[in-house]
Amino acid sequence: MIAANLPALQVVLPLLGAVLCAFLRRGVYAWGVALIVSLAMPLIAIGLLIQVLDSGTISYAMGGWKPPIGIEYRVDVFNAFLLLLVSVIAAVIMPYAKRSVEKEIPSDRQAWFYAIYLLCLCGLLGMAITGDAFNIFVFMEVSSLAAYTLIALGRDRRALLAAYQYLIMGTIGATFYVIGVGLLYSMTGTLNLADIASRLAGIENSRAVLAALAFLTVGISLKLALFPLHVWLPNAYAYAPSMATVFLAATATKVAVYLLLRYFYTVFGASIIFQDLPVSNIFLILSLAAMFGASIVAVFQDDVKRMLAYSSVGQIGYITLGIAIANLTGLTGGIVHLFNHALMKAALFMAIGAVFYRIGSVKLDDLAGIGKRMPITMAAFVIAGFSIIGVPGTVGFVSKWYLVLGAFEQGWWWLAFLIVASSLISVVYIGRIVEVVWFRPVSAAAKRAEEPPLSMLLPTLLLVAATVYFGIDTSATAGIAGRAAEWLMVGVK
Amino acid sequence: MSGETLIILALLIPAVGAGLIALTSWQSNLRETVTLVTAATLFGVVMIIFGRVMDGEQLMTGSFQIVPGLDLAFKVEPLGMLFACVASGLWIVNSIYSIGYMRGNKEPRQTPFYMCFAVAIASTLGIAFSANLFTLFLFYEVLTLSTYPLVTHKGDDNARAGGRTYLLILLGTSMVLLLPAIIATAMIAGTLDFTPGGILAGKTDKTTVAILLALFMFGIGKAALMPMHRWLPAAMVAPTPVSALLHAVAVVKAGVFTAMKVVIYIFGIDLLASTGANEWLIWVAAASLLAGSLVAMTKDNLKARLAYSTVSQLAYVVLGASLATGWGVIGGSMHIAMHAVGKITLFFCAGAIYTAAHKTEVSELTGLGRAMPFTFVAFLIGALSIIGLPPFGGLWGKWYIALGALEAGQLLIVAILMISSLLNIAYLLPIPFKAFFGESQGRKSDGIKEAPLPCLIAIGLTSFGCLILFFFPGPILELLGQIRLR
Repeated sequence: MIAANLPALQVVLPLLGAVLCAFLRRGVYAWGVALIVSLAMPLIAIGLLIQVLDSGTISYAMGGWKPPIGIEYRVDVFNAFLLLLVSVIAAVIMPYAKRSVEKEIPSDRQAWFYAIYLLCLCGLLGMAITGDAFNIFVFMEVSSLAAYTLIALGRDRRALLAAYQYLIMGTIGATFYVIGVGLLYSMTGTLNLADIASRLAGIENSRAVLAALAFLTVGISLKLALFPLHVWLPNAYAYAPSMATVFLAATATKVAVYLLLRYFYTVFGASIIFQDLPVSNIFLILSLAAMFGASIVAVFQDDVKRMLAYSSVGQIGYITLGIAIANLTGLTGGIVHLFNHALMKAALFMAIGAVFYRIGSVKLDDLAGIGKRMPITMAAFVIAGFSIIGVPGTVGFVSKWYLVLGAFEQGWWWLAFLIVASSLISVVYIGRIVEVVWFRPVSAAAKRAEEPPLSMLLPTLLLVAATVYFGIDTSATAGIAGRAAEWLMVGVK
Repeated sequence: MSGETLIILALLIPAVGAGLIALTSWQSNLRETVTLVTAATLFGVVMIIFGRVMDGEQLMTGSFQIVPGLDLAFKVEPLGMLFACVASGLWIVNSIYSIGYMRGNKEPRQTPFYMCFAVAIASTLGIAFSANLFTLFLFYEVLTLSTYPLVTHKGDDNARAGGRTYLLILLGTSMVLLLPAIIATAMIAGTLDFTPGGILAGKTDKTTVAILLALFMFGIGKAALMPMHRWLPAAMVAPTPVSALLHAVAVVKAGVFTAMKVVIYIFGIDLLASTGANEWLIWVAAASLLAGSLVAMTKDNLKARLAYSTVSQLAYVVLGASLATGWGVIGGSMHIAMHAVGKITLFFCAGAIYTAAHKTEVSELTGLGRAMPFTFVAFLIGALSIIGLPPFGGLWGKWYIALGALEAGQLLIVAILMISSLLNIAYLLPIPFKAFFGESQGRKSDGIKEAPLPCLIAIGLTSFGCLILFFFPGPILELLGQIRLR
């Protein structure tokens, strides 16, 4: 019974949890609900992944209405992996959230905060699991509206502006998305993704379908912060409450990347995307612009959260680069980086969130010498930073290996050099933080700092350990990413 | 004990030592004891491995696959064996020296210092025992990262700037040049295992070989082949024990060792010799060799002069490798060990002078020899060994490299080696001579005594080592004779 309904539970539980949180009104109770729900998520996701690996794609008819009329939840090896990622991140940050939220959110709003967080989680998981184009839009709006609110709850007044900026950009993105879906519906008469895919055969080159593709691509690219559609991201990440930054940075953009791959490979088909249209070239150029442009901007930031946010834009460039390389190795690299980047960026934002918890600032100057006061937190930061740089033995290296190898296989040796050259920029911005944190005299702000409470430290260390563990034993990450890439590339010559 | 256990022990001992050092930070005598015991235990294990290798045993570990084509695996071969012996043996001496130096200068943050040192040694052994290029690359990067805090140890603007140069050049070259070279090699050869005779033979054309060789040689920034040498003088802001063991032995030798391994086991000397892809490298190495010496002559700061001398001496090893002949390989490998002992002596002396007299410039040393005779005699011995004069060990490396040049028919290179030795004399020998026979200017160097006893013990040991190596190079030759070139 439960096993058969796992796909529904994955989405319904957070939704119910959100309602419950809204009723509870006391921050700590709401946290308890959110914790239980978040801890249940990975269990469900693991259950789904095992089912998929054992017996192939799961199709679940929501409410018993058979697809294509009813809404279909469709779990395959690719989105099962994504569900697991989002769930695990959610589970890891909830113990962390308690102290951080107590510090950063006024006590009368904490229950709302958790309610909204669960809605956001519900939306992200929903987008990942559903097989229905319009249902994706609904969940996209659920998660986006929740995300705007989460960001707006930040202490800094600039958080409001950041949330508003994201609201405008995000709404444009969602509108573009729904226009694309509308065009597809007008051409195929269905909203079920698998159904659309089969009915598109023969009419892929019609103007309406191409227009749909364009709208979908731009809309989703806004959500995933593809350069130059990333302008909402740095402010949103910089001014959101620490816990929201960790969660959004690790999950929101990743789900958007998933949607893009889903439409490219399983709906429109790789042949039209990569052979008939110059999508590969466009993504190649934009990815490179992100890898270099955003990373260079990151070097000059004095606010560490903003620096990491720009770094995220750059790192998303690696993921989309994997899409642009468009061979099996490159795509594996892109997908594995989706997971790897979630791990390392969550760890980095958590470490910085712990610093904010102690000293109430993330300005680089205030962080001077804090390594002497918070050695464990900062050591964790450095190791996660190594992963951003791509030091062997960390997950970042695994991604880079696949991407460079993919570039070589494609015969694009120049791209291989650009990939490694761009990671040199991350040496500069991570190195800048390391130098300030460890080798400067202790600043006035950092003087009284000490290690954060264990509830914040342990989840951070857990993620850092994961960045090293999965950098050495890649059978789970790269293995499944490889299977997902193979599954997506089926039928691509 | 099985070979696998021994190798893993050799890697783990310094790593565990680092942990114990952290735990004993509250009691400095206990902490230093931990360092010494760790170093001694490690040397013991390396010696056991050495004995097994000399008995002709093959020591290797199982391999752990990271992604298809990338394995973490270790295997002992003669060249790595030599490197491991040199690094672990000198670590003991250097630890004795460090205790005297760090206490004598009342350096801050000694616990992180000893910890990073132990981690650096662990990664050095990882490099020495790697069975493939990926494993080597992994530890190569760990070595860079673990020595960065040692370079910036002082924490002032100067140290931070030096650290920045150090990190950017070493990480930059390894990521931008070396990593693509490794990935391209993996794609072309389908493996990264160090294999006698190389893995690229017959799989690619001459141009690709030449390009790959360039990527490797300039990508291995630790070998300090000009123009990738700038990090080495920059690293001299570190405390002297760091310059001595890491920037005269472990880090730089890891660089030339990697270059040697790549030439022997990735390309194969036959491939290089037959395609002529090594031709340009011979001249680049020769140029680096001469230029390093010439720059060294202009430096008044003692450590800077020694750093440029190292740049020049490293080029000898690269030159030995680039000749792509049997003698060249043996000479280059030999020079790794011989130069290590000589140069560490010189750095020890520089540190002793700094500790005892707080002098850093060559011009300030005039007349100081009478106050510190022991130190300057040792300096003289180290200098003579570096120059390559008998009866000191440095002779042998240069001897066999010259033989290799003859074997390759490069007479001009033999001439360059001669000129270079003259240059070495010009920038090294005046230092002890002026110290003994020069008139000390200005204030009398009254009250200056020899450095603390641990420093002197270390200096004595290494300068004695220079002498011993001249008379007994046999075991090293025998070990290097086991290198399978084909």
